[in-house]
Amino acid sequence: MSITVIYTIATLSVIGTSAAVILYFVAQKFKVHEDPRIDQVEEALPGANCGGCGFAGCRAFAEACVKASDLSDLNCPVGGNETMNNVAAILGLEAVKKDPRVAFIRCNGTCDHRPKTNRYDGATTCAIASSIYSGESDCQYGCLGFGDCYDACEFDAIELRADLGVPKIIDDKCVACGACVEACPKDLIELRKQFPKNRKVVVACRNEDKGGVARKTCSVACIGCGKCEKECKFDAITIKNNLAFIDSDKCKLCRKCVPVCPTNAIIEENFPPRRVATEDKKECSTAN
Amino acid sequence: MLKTFKKGGVHPPENKLSAAKKIEVLPLPKSVFIPVAQHIGAPATPVVNKGDLVKTGQIIAKSSSFVSTNIHSSVSGKVKKIDFSADSSGYPKQGVFIDVEGDEWLEEIDCSEEFVKEFNIDGPEIIKKIQDAGIVGLGGATFPTHVKLVPPKGMKAEVLLINGVECEPYLTSDHRLMLEKPDEILVGTQLLMKALHVEKAVIGIENNKPDAIELLSEKCKGYQGISVQPLKVKYPQGGEKQLIKAVTGKEVPSGGLPIAVGAVVSNVGTAFAVYEAVQKNKPLIERVVTVTGKNVANPSNFKVRVGTATSELIEAAGGLPEDTGKIISGGPMMGRAVASLDVPVTKGTSGILIIKEDESKRKEYMACIRCSRCVSVCPMGLEPYLLMTLGEKQIFDRAEQERVMDCIECGSCSYTCPSQRPLLDYIRFGKGKVGQIIRSRKK
Repeated sequence: MSITVIYTIATLSVIGTSAAVILYFVAQKFKVHEDPRIDQVEEALPGANCGGCGFAGCRAFAEACVKASDLSDLNCPVGGNETMNNVAAILGLEAVKKDPRVAFIRCNGTCDHRPKTNRYDGATTCAIASSIYSGESDCQYGCLGFGDCYDACEFDAIELRADLGVPKIIDDKCVACGACVEACPKDLIELRKQFPKNRKVVVACRNEDKGGVARKTCSVACIGCGKCEKECKFDAITIKNNLAFIDSDKCKLCRKCVPVCPTNAIIEENFPPRRVATEDKKECSTAN
Repeated sequence: MLKTFKKGGVHPPENKLSAAKKIEVLPLPKSVFIPVAQHIGAPATPVVNKGDLVKTGQIIAKSSSFVSTNIHSSVSGKVKKIDFSADSSGYPKQGVFIDVEGDEWLEEIDCSEEFVKEFNIDGPEIIKKIQDAGIVGLGGATFPTHVKLVPPKGMKAEVLLINGVECEPYLTSDHRLMLEKPDEILVGTQLLMKALHVEKAVIGIENNKPDAIELLSEKCKGYQGISVQPLKVKYPQGGEKQLIKAVTGKEVPSGGLPIAVGAVVSNVGTAFAVYEAVQKNKPLIERVVTVTGKNVANPSNFKVRVGTATSELIEAAGGLPEDTGKIISGGPMMGRAVASLDVPVTKGTSGILIIKEDESKRKEYMACIRCSRCVSVCPMGLEPYLLMTLGEKQIFDRAEQERVMDCIECGSCSYTCPSQRPLLDYIRFGKGKVGQIIRSRKK
């Protein structure tokens, strides 16, 4: 009886030891050398795995950073400059300072501005609606309002506004990962430079129709008149296909383009109220 | 004996309200908008300019490649402009606006009603005439007919099927055409047979049109090689692949063309257009359109010039009923709701259907209960519940494996779903995306 137990233990010990020895040598032979800095870089990243950097998650981005000889093409929009400085410190490279960005939905076609001319009752996603037809209003460029961007956002930075019919981006939560930009079938969302206090001056329209046609479909449509382009001293505004575009990298937030826009297509946000110019109180001379 | 296709199918209420109404000629409109893309394939290139005077039947846009067709002016008058205007999808499409002045036809077109039976013309010439006349499949798919008549190398057509099924509820335009122009359709069929070098043609007609079956069976005795095959009523029998299966018993392989089983399918409307093009030199500039709906005062079948606005047809049928919920171009199963009444009639418009407000609304959809009704009705043997989920979750590679491209978009799955799930919406979306992926792979 006891002899059987001893044999068993001895046999198993021999098998175990020999397996351990084999495994040891195999592990030595096939060892994968991984740069320890990849783990360190990954640690420094936010870990959101949002894909905003253009890579398949934070690990892939960390690998790319370690491989890269300079970091100018690599940027983690979620972590911003701070994270990129940390990454640069780990790798002994220099971080290139990048302006933080924020998403903006370039359509102001709310229910008041853009009347609905038909009703859609198909599947409620923008992707399907836009593949079937142009939308519930006559504007074929505008927001459909079913919230594919809302579904795509991992950071709760988009709110659906049933009262407006157009979603809103919450600037403080937006990390500019670009998931909504991909999701929008109408290509309405743009990643713009983020200014202090989230101030912005932007053309909230994508309508490329001729002025008269655009105006008929939406009261705040850009008609491509070019007044803002003339007004801008910084060459930030360009008109293409009957549509004005403000380059946020050139814009100095002077707001001069806002009042000249005849359709209020250019909107300003988060500025203090404008001083109302005191009008000279002149009595009209009544001609007899 | 009645035949039908085996897999799946549904029986929606027929509602053929205008079946007894003779085809009326719609008065000429004041102006027309003729889109340059009314067919599958490359859009035609406009060859007229603003201010030009055009005659009825004159080419206004030339076909730009083999899979494309000519577009002819359906009226005579002055070209107002060449511009973009919204089509039924709401997206702008290029087209020619013409202000109608009189009705002057090109001299070579024979406008008389006289029936011309005899022809002495060889196959290639017939195909040439069909191509010049801009004829496309009038069943709704609008595939250029001349392309179908030239089988790919190594394949040979054995039988020509003429589609007189008209399985879509409400629509009666093909039915009326069969009753009123049987001889013309049969001559058109013979011309198609000659072009294809086939000895046999079968006209498939569903059993709910006994008058058409009787009339054509009688008439086709005078034409060699043509017979009529009565079919059991079942939607979507008018689908090309379903009709082939029903009549010949052969199944078109997945991803293949009908020619793979030696069949070519044409609509009765197409056969009629072929007759007019070859025997009368008349291009495809008008077609029969059913205007119908439960609330429509006078459901009718109109012979309409291409480019006429939808609103004019509705006016002619007694005006737009008050409680209209939806206006559909085509039938209730496969048609599309139009976004505006300015949308013109094109070569592919088989009907204008006006749906009541209370019937037009889709119900809120619920979770899939795994009843598998969609699977049992799918005429292509697909699994619609799965394809919908794959479209919803955007798993396109799996959707391709599950043969989403075989879907004929008949809508039987959505029709039958007890949870009112928008199956076809998502499947069509997935199909579009998978199609894009396949095309980009080829490049």
